[in-house]
Amino acid sequence: MTDEQLTATSLRDGARGRPPPSSSWLMRLARGFLLSDYFVLYLTLIFFVVAALIFPTLPLPLNIANQLQNMYPLLAVAIGQTFVLILGGIDLSVGAIMGITSVAGAVVMAQTLDASTFDKSPLWGNLLTPAGGVLAGQPSAVLVGVIVMLTLGTLIGFLNGFAITRFNLAPFMVTLVTATFFAAFALWLTQSRNISGLPPAFLDLGKGDIVSIYLGVKATPEIARRDILPFITYPFVIAVGLAVVAQFILSRTVFGRRMFFVGTNRQASVISGVPTRRTIIAVYMFSGFCAAVASILYSARIGFGQPSLGGGNLLLDVIGAAVIGGTSLFGGKGSVRGTFFGVAFFVLLLNILNAMRLSPFIIDAVKGMFILVAALLDITRTRLLDRERRA
Amino acid sequence: MTTLTVHEITKAFFGIAAVKAVSLSVEAGQILGLIGQNGAGKSTLMNLIGGVVQPDSGTMQFNGAPYTPRIPSDAVHAGIAFIHQELNLFTNLTIAENIFIAGFPRTRFGSIDRAAMRQRAKDLLASVGLEMSSDTPVERIAPGERQLVEIAKALYQDASLIIFDEPTTSLTARETERLFAIMRQLREQGKALIYISHILGDVLKYADSIAIMRDGALVAHEPASAFDVNRMIALMVGRSIEQLYPPRTAPPTSEPVLQVENVTAAGVVENITFDLLRGEVLGVFGLMGSGRTELVRILFGLEPFERGKITLNGRDVGLPTPRESIRAGMAFVTENRREEGLLMSIDIANNIGMVALPQYADRLLQIIRQRDLSDGAGRMAGALQLKSGDIRQQNVKALSGGNQQKVVIAKWLLNAPTVFILDEPTRGIDVGAKYEIYTIIDRLAAEGGGVLIISSELEELMGMCDRILVMSRGEIVGQFARADFNDAAILRAAFREAESNGAMS
Repeated sequence: MTDEQLTATSLRDGARGRPPPSSSWLMRLARGFLLSDYFVLYLTLIFFVVAALIFPTLPLPLNIANQLQNMYPLLAVAIGQTFVLILGGIDLSVGAIMGITSVAGAVVMAQTLDASTFDKSPLWGNLLTPAGGVLAGQPSAVLVGVIVMLTLGTLIGFLNGFAITRFNLAPFMVTLVTATFFAAFALWLTQSRNISGLPPAFLDLGKGDIVSIYLGVKATPEIARRDILPFITYPFVIAVGLAVVAQFILSRTVFGRRMFFVGTNRQASVISGVPTRRTIIAVYMFSGFCAAVASILYSARIGFGQPSLGGGNLLLDVIGAAVIGGTSLFGGKGSVRGTFFGVAFFVLLLNILNAMRLSPFIIDAVKGMFILVAALLDITRTRLLDRERRA
Repeated sequence: MTTLTVHEITKAFFGIAAVKAVSLSVEAGQILGLIGQNGAGKSTLMNLIGGVVQPDSGTMQFNGAPYTPRIPSDAVHAGIAFIHQELNLFTNLTIAENIFIAGFPRTRFGSIDRAAMRQRAKDLLASVGLEMSSDTPVERIAPGERQLVEIAKALYQDASLIIFDEPTTSLTARETERLFAIMRQLREQGKALIYISHILGDVLKYADSIAIMRDGALVAHEPASAFDVNRMIALMVGRSIEQLYPPRTAPPTSEPVLQVENVTAAGVVENITFDLLRGEVLGVFGLMGSGRTELVRILFGLEPFERGKITLNGRDVGLPTPRESIRAGMAFVTENRREEGLLMSIDIANNIGMVALPQYADRLLQIIRQRDLSDGAGRMAGALQLKSGDIRQQNVKALSGGNQQKVVIAKWLLNAPTVFILDEPTRGIDVGAKYEIYTIIDRLAAEGGGVLIISSELEELMGMCDRILVMSRGEIVGQFARADFNDAAILRAAFREAESNGAMS
């Protein structure tokens, strides 16, 4: 919440104006750094500069452009997760939602399909044919496909929210069940095959660029495509647009405010007339929607519907990015801006680990460690802030 | 012998001294009564003694040795125990497990020695007068009994200084008596006791010496015999309060705003019928377990009922939800402001805006008009004379109890209710803030609202109400108009049923 961040800043300013006599300027600097709302951003920048000295490929424009493109889908799904975490819940089903919506979109849009690949799929012969998906070749295919993906994601989110509020089940349990179910369902539908042949208009959503830059010699008569670096792309517009809208909802609307209320104290919210159930359901729906947006970005980028799209360690990355961005797993605390920084940090971290040519196993271990360190840092920050605020 | 000496101790937050050069000593075998308004520095002083915060300057001595606690467990190891307002027990564990939480008796092999634990627990419970199996889970015992478990735990840790912070707020009269008996017994055993309370009569009666704090400083520390209640109040507030209750400014009308007819929820409340009038302050008195809190939770829609009818502003509300009750003009200040009233880690302005929030947003997109909202919250804070920093910046956690309660009231006031239900509105609040809350209650009624107050303090109800209903075992057993107020008669009504049934909670 904007107000909360204002709080933190001004109280800190007060504290800075009256430092304890024993602390040196270095201590004060460290303190201001640690307590800043932009802490994760600073950390990312420092990290980047240090790593750039070691790995010269890191600051190359091509790499930066690539890494930015890596950020957007992760950002989209992490925004939804941030909302759920603020509410004091957790959504483990985002990966499965990405997988099933990716399949659903492809089933609508795919243009040609290979019989030998899909003849074992339960959809073969009805929804999927050699001529492609349901709306293969139709001009409305992409629009309908996208709508189907978003609707399906939102609907699964509704299922989560409904089960949690209606039956008073733990969000962890409910979303674990939907995650398992829909991940398996997506694999069964496609018999674990990727559905390729997506229309070009859809693929543009994953990599189409609006503003690109060329960094090179001016005299070259012909610029090779690979030398043009996408800068503002459709994924950028979609993910950043989503982030801006989400930040607005969070800080400016009744719904956003109520998420903090419910995440901070559900009982007090009920007594104060906050529609807690409706709020919870809406948040899980939003998380499902965001997962579907991420699914669109990923599917369009890789060029096919992939049942295992949100599998692997995606969930770790999503929750990790939110936590690194200062969102609390205990609810009532978090911001889209923080998550944005968290995602940037995570993508950079992954980039560096890859540049170090470490094995994937070690990469995951290191990622886990960073999440732990972030959580510990957050606890320290909260404690420092609390100590300053105690009256 | 002096158990604890505090010498010239000072602690400031944000440059504002919370404790100013306080020097105080606590003698073994004595009860020191510590009083002061909320925000006077009592809690900070206790936090300093307990190692929760560290002093900016000053020294302490405990049992003759220098004492510099860095963390709370230093205090425990030194032999200081706290019996808190909010008890610190693990309700899912048994009594014995709670008592020995800091160190279980071990067998030779290092496993927990259950037999020794049981025997030792039995002795400890006997010494605090709790006759109950030590295997009982804490969640199944009453608040008063939990407190005795806390004391048993302190005894096990061999504390030589035991600090009681508002120990009687959630206790019944009988439990309170028992607690005082135990406190006296601990004194006989040579323990030093600090007793913090807002109930001045009790402090006067049971303390050997009384220390009074105001604005972070110690303004008096003398033998109890040197005080009477008026002098205590005068020292606490720096002026003398002539009256504990403000005069009522307007008489009630005859027009009912809330009508309750035969409301029944099996085993909870039985055939409750009464009218609340516009401009009336109606009190509900009853012992704990009499159904008074359950009744108002039913009226507000937090609990269901089976039979009967509730009419609010002339409209049958059926079986309301809290949201519907709020929309119909009801406000409900619950008895637990921390758990049910406030968002402790969120700023004051947002807390005040919690109920009326939709009114400060446009209908279509639900975008909050931030400026209007903080203006509205600021207006309420001003009207209730909330003492705080910037309401958009300060968290409710940092406010004193009285000011927290004002935030809860402000949150409802912003929604302009017509029926105001307050459950224990002045629990754990100091004298000055209590008076302010009473003034607010009077104003609510004078402006045409109906006010329903539940309180365990009969004197408070007699001071403020036009009428008092007495509840016992889920029923209304008596009704007294202001002209007929008589504490003995009201108490008799509240106790009669309970005693005849042999159960007094």
